[in-house]
Amino acid sequence: MTESSLDPAAAPPAQARPGSGWRRFAADWASDQTSFKGVSWGKAMMWVFLLSDTFVFGCFLVAYMTARMSTTVPWPNPSEVFALEIGGTEVPLILIAIMTFVLISSSGTMALAVHYGYLRDRRKAGRLMLATALFGACFVGMQAFEWTKLIREGVRPWTNPWGAPQFGSSFFMITGFHGTHVTIGVIFLLVLARKVLRGDYETGRRGFFTSRRGRYEAIEIMGLYWHFVDLVWVFIFAFFYLW
Amino acid sequence: MVETTAHAKVGAPAAPPLPADTQHHPVKLYLAVWGWLFVLSACSYLVDYIGLQGWLRWTLIVLFMLLKAGLILAIFMHMAWERLTLIYAILLPPLLVMVFVGIMASEANYTLLTRVLYYGGGN
Repeated sequence: MTESSLDPAAAPPAQARPGSGWRRFAADWASDQTSFKGVSWGKAMMWVFLLSDTFVFGCFLVAYMTARMSTTVPWPNPSEVFALEIGGTEVPLILIAIMTFVLISSSGTMALAVHYGYLRDRRKAGRLMLATALFGACFVGMQAFEWTKLIREGVRPWTNPWGAPQFGSSFFMITGFHGTHVTIGVIFLLVLARKVLRGDYETGRRGFFTSRRGRYEAIEIMGLYWHFVDLVWVFIFAFFYLW
Repeated sequence: MVETTAHAKVGAPAAPPLPADTQHHPVKLYLAVWGWLFVLSACSYLVDYIGLQGWLRWTLIVLFMLLKAGLILAIFMHMAWERLTLIYAILLPPLLVMVFVGIMASEANYTLLTRVLYYGGGN
């Protein structure tokens, strides 16, 4: 080891280090320092939280797969269960399709909010975050409508009129947990949008809970959570509603 | 990787210079990804609307799902610009869930078999 590598000030910045991706991969883990170079602790911890959340949703989907594969009674056809009557005709799965589009729209506005946050355009960033929250609230509202409809039709965690009784428990568990995530996301979006619009990240105003000064990176970290919620819905849509 | 992370933006005079590792990318890219997500969602809905069945249905569902998930992860969540250290730390562990899926699929088949054999098709 040379003298210069012992001195952190003399070492080149993490991003500028030469070598292939794999070389940097090995160097990052072997550096006896922060492994995730160029990533703030807040962002790294959000990623770790999202990883753990992946396992939670992974377990729900695996449980659903096991229940659906092992039942001898036919599984209710989601295409018919989630159909809505529009203008006298039954349109299959239409509510779920609209919910999917609403959530994707919210992901788009969130991505743009992150973009404008880094441009220090707090009005645009704040408004886009409010739009994201609105789309999210819209999604939860439609989910509440869907739950109400299914409960009125007699779906319970232990029974339903169409087939395998495990359908209800899988449905309520998976969509309920996802809806909770969206709801928490909406609350956080509103809190953060208020901070952004008020200019907290420019004035250095301290947070009411952490007493720390925030940075515009908070929008990106919030975005990671929000996109993850959309990501989970992609899998739920494919495996629960379309399969 | 370094070149792509710092897209200089001209139209914002008030903004201080961004640090090199800031995840800042052109709006055009986000809008393109947004559009593709709509197209892919419409495609996966059409799979159900048209009423495709069997292996074709399952293949298309998984294909559209993976494409959408990839776009969200890579572009919206900026994974494409992160260093390999973070990418592997986050993406490899969920792959282990596939092992769990395999175990539970085999277990589910066994449960189904015993139900058919001993309960004569009850649930």
